[in-house]
Amino acid sequence: MAIDLKGSSFEGWRREDGRMGVRNHVIILPVDDLSNAAAEAVANNIKGAMAIPHAYGRLQFGADLDLHFRTLIGTGCNPNVAAVIVIGIEPGWTGKIVEGIAKSGKPVEGFAIEQNGDINTIANASRAAYKMVKHASRLKKSKAPLVDLWVSTKCGESDTTSGLASCPTVGNAFDKLWENGHTLVFGETTELTGGEHLVKARCKTPEIADKFQAMFDRYQRVVETNKTNDLSESQPTKGNIEGGLTTIEEKALGNIQKIGKKCTVDGVLDKAERPDGPGLWFMDSSSAAAEMVTLCAASGYAVHFFPTGQGNVIGNPILPVIKITANPRTQRTMGEHIDVDVTGLLQKRMNMDDAGEALLDCMLRTADGELTAAELLGHREFSLTRLYESA
Amino acid sequence: MTIHFVVHDEGDSVGVVVVEGLKASNRINGWIMDQDKMIEFDAKSDIPIGHKLAIKPIKAGEAIIKYGVDIGKAVSDIQPGEHLHVHNVKTKRW
Repeated sequence: MAIDLKGSSFEGWRREDGRMGVRNHVIILPVDDLSNAAAEAVANNIKGAMAIPHAYGRLQFGADLDLHFRTLIGTGCNPNVAAVIVIGIEPGWTGKIVEGIAKSGKPVEGFAIEQNGDINTIANASRAAYKMVKHASRLKKSKAPLVDLWVSTKCGESDTTSGLASCPTVGNAFDKLWENGHTLVFGETTELTGGEHLVKARCKTPEIADKFQAMFDRYQRVVETNKTNDLSESQPTKGNIEGGLTTIEEKALGNIQKIGKKCTVDGVLDKAERPDGPGLWFMDSSSAAAEMVTLCAASGYAVHFFPTGQGNVIGNPILPVIKITANPRTQRTMGEHIDVDVTGLLQKRMNMDDAGEALLDCMLRTADGELTAAELLGHREFSLTRLYESA
Repeated sequence: MTIHFVVHDEGDSVGVVVVEGLKASNRINGWIMDQDKMIEFDAKSDIPIGHKLAIKPIKAGEAIIKYGVDIGKAVSDIQPGEHLHVHNVKTKRW
């Protein structure tokens, strides 16, 4: 029985900027690596607050620094976040991130460590976090049409079963969501190598196709400039090869199954850029799981579809990651990481439409608050993409 | 009936093993997805789950076709039923 997407709704939190979230996090966001300790101390003091530590934020410059700011501001603005405490070593960049998040209208406060020390900063930020968690816990859920749910996708530790079944399952669901007018995204620029012509052919207009090709070509130059003899054991990864994927072309053709058969590519995004309308967007991004999912969250996506073959265990602090596998060994040996089991596809016990419906059903339950495997297991991988060395 | 391997398209030169513990000399059943057809084969190697077998004779230098698309080139001759992976196939990119 097909889910009536037009008639479906979910219960989440309507944010100040009108976006719908499916989680209600209060986050403690460090500007830089130096502020991780204070952020974690605040989250330890105030139950219900979550620190998002990371490794960067010092001496970055130019486009790399812009991306850092865009990613942190976007993370704060994500509708799954109710309120944000920003902690940085000094007030300048801290204020810049606070200002960016404040544009969303949600509660945000910044704290700087210099001239205060960790202990005073932790005390002051903890008092603010106390009020924010109290505030967030009082917010009521409301009903929204399903089309208000933004959905991202990226696969990981892929194997041949990904291209045969779990990626096409996402493709089936994406076709249906796209027809229903959802805002969707895929990316993984180098992981389209060998199938880039197929993605280009799916672009809605020649202008979009040209932009896509330019992004693809730029990333190829990065690979060509920095590769050794080839990218063996990196793209495809050692895990991909263990799972039976032989070449990047084969991996790419499996990956591309995630964009289904009907969707057109309606626009392209820079990393962590927020789309300005519905449709399927391509984001120029790394294919590393945590980096890509972090960028999706920073772009404002609320739920993520993650097909896996060999069993990538990734999660994200603010974006629920739904895992799908068709590999019976993965389902048998690490089933606690899997939300949607589509192993039946490979034995003709399930058809692709049923698999797509099972994924959409899981998406609806996740949107209504059911925890994903990655959330239950505490996976909160937050990885910032770097463009080049710090100054 | 157990499906031992799956082929995307009948024009492909490879199939993917979808069961654990496949041994050489086993008579195996394959399902061609796009045309929804069944084929039978003899496995010539032990092939792990997720790995590929050739379903056509392939000469060194020839393209490997999967999803109806070129996914790389053979670096040695490959017989039908034989394990096909990084030891006998290489990318044409990078």
